Amino acid sequence: MQNSFDFQYVFELLPTLFRYLGVTMEMALWGFVFALILALGLALVRVFKIPVIQHLAALFISFFRGTPLLVQLFLLYYGLPQISPLFLMDAFTAAVLGLTLHFAAYMAESIRAAILGIDKSQMEACLSIGMTRLQAMKRVILPQASRVATPSLMNYFIDMIKSTSLAFTLGVAEIMAKAQMEASSSFKFFESFLAVAVIYWIIVLFFTRIQHLLEYKLNEAY
Amino acid sequence: MIKISNLSKEFGKLAVLKDINFTVEKGEIIVIIGPSGTGKSTLLRCLNYLETPTTGKIQIGNVDIDAVNHKQKEVTALRQQSSFVFQNYSLFANKTAIQNVAESLITVWKTPTSEALKIAKEILVKVGLADKLDAYPSRLSGGQQQRVGIARAMAAKGEVILFDEPTSALDPEWVDEVLAVMKQLAVERQTMIVVTHEMQFAKEVADRVIFMEDGYIVEQGTPQQIFEQPQNERTKSFVKRALKQH
Ligand SMILES: Nc1ncnc2c1ncn2[C@@H]1O[C@H](COP(=O)(O)OP(=O)(O)OP(=O)(O)O)[C@@H](O)[C@H]1O
Ligand SMILES: [Mg+2]
Repeated sequence: MQNSFDFQYVFELLPTLFRYLGVTMEMALWGFVFALILALGLALVRVFKIPVIQHLAALFISFFRGTPLLVQLFLLYYGLPQISPLFLMDAFTAAVLGLTLHFAAYMAESIRAAILGIDKSQMEACLSIGMTRLQAMKRVILPQASRVATPSLMNYFIDMIKSTSLAFTLGVAEIMAKAQMEASSSFKFFESFLAVAVIYWIIVLFFTRIQHLLEYKLNEAY
Repeated sequence: MIKISNLSKEFGKLAVLKDINFTVEKGEIIVIIGPSGTGKSTLLRCLNYLETPTTGKIQIGNVDIDAVNHKQKEVTALRQQSSFVFQNYSLFANKTAIQNVAESLITVWKTPTSEALKIAKEILVKVGLADKLDAYPSRLSGGQQQRVGIARAMAAKGEVILFDEPTSALDPEWVDEVLAVMKQLAVERQTMIVVTHEMQFAKEVADRVIFMEDGYIVEQGTPQQIFEQPQNERTKSFVKRALKQH
């Protein structure tokens, strides 16, 4: 009994776990949308070299890239409320916020690299017909940079889906938490965690497929 | 209409433009010639403030700007008075031919999109690209791209179009179609300042030729004066060499 592997248990557990996938995907989607907005802001601040703010942005990026996501989540959820009750938030919000800040730092760098990779002559051509830098960014540079950045941003999205599993440490009832619960009540640890691994794998394969389709579409655009 | 006074430009210790002064009348066609590395491109780029001059004043139309003390608003206003045709076309890669041409109207002049596209189409038809309206730059030949580049500059409503060696990146087979468009503009008395190595074009089209060397304007005059009776020794030897190549 001890060493046997209950294959059927894995199959039975899959539908149960799938029901918790919603929370996981909600965290990943919100986290990604917010991270994208924040990352774009950070990247633009750095590209335009806006005084003072650009250094704050660099500091922000350095901190959130330089420390583990788990530590950041603990700081946000368990740490901040100690400073002020204003920072009290539910576990789901803390998880989304943590994912947002963490991934925005990485995504900002890849957006910035994509912008800087666009040939300087494109900006000059915009300026030469009387556009402002901001107009040039919006109409010409960002549309081109987004094509360059899309593959890496999609990678971060996929990475983010996997990283939502850390939210169980804050007590968010997502699929990892459910798997953990099932494991400790049935003592079928291997089966439970294998089941959750399989689900993550399927989801990642699905989004990898979408990523390839998206890249294909983008490449034939112009 | 255009007045350049005491213009100079240094890149670090390298003085590239030295005390440049000249004026251009409305409808005048100016060709700038001179050896490589003498600051011709830098001069044009300064007129469009793609490079910020070290000192000097530039006046185009009703915009007047002093290099030493200028605001970003004035720079944008000055740029709206001129447009630029680049050696390497520099078309917006993410936009079709017609979108490239309409862009300044839509974004800078706030022309309604349908109106802007109509104007853009008329200009593209004029430069012989009626069948390429919706083509992306990557699908166009060099000559076609440069004609879109000229069309884009024409649409920008500036007082003057600046051309920096518009044909020198082209395969020889495409040069004539681009020069033909420029000649047409000259016939219409579009004010132009053209940097080029095409001496034949300069002879035929220019009202005035400016010979630059080493950051200075050495000599200027009608094509007849510059090509047939140059006064300065350096103009003489440059012109002699340049004409021999053709
Ligand atoms: N951004 C820059 N930084 C430093 N030096 C520069 C820069 N741009 C141009 N220069 C230098 O300024 C000088 C003039 O260059 P410019 O391109 O204006 O010459 P040009 O007359 O247009 O030459 P060509 O006929 O080869 O195009 C050259 O010595 C060049 O190396
Ligand atoms: Mg040049």
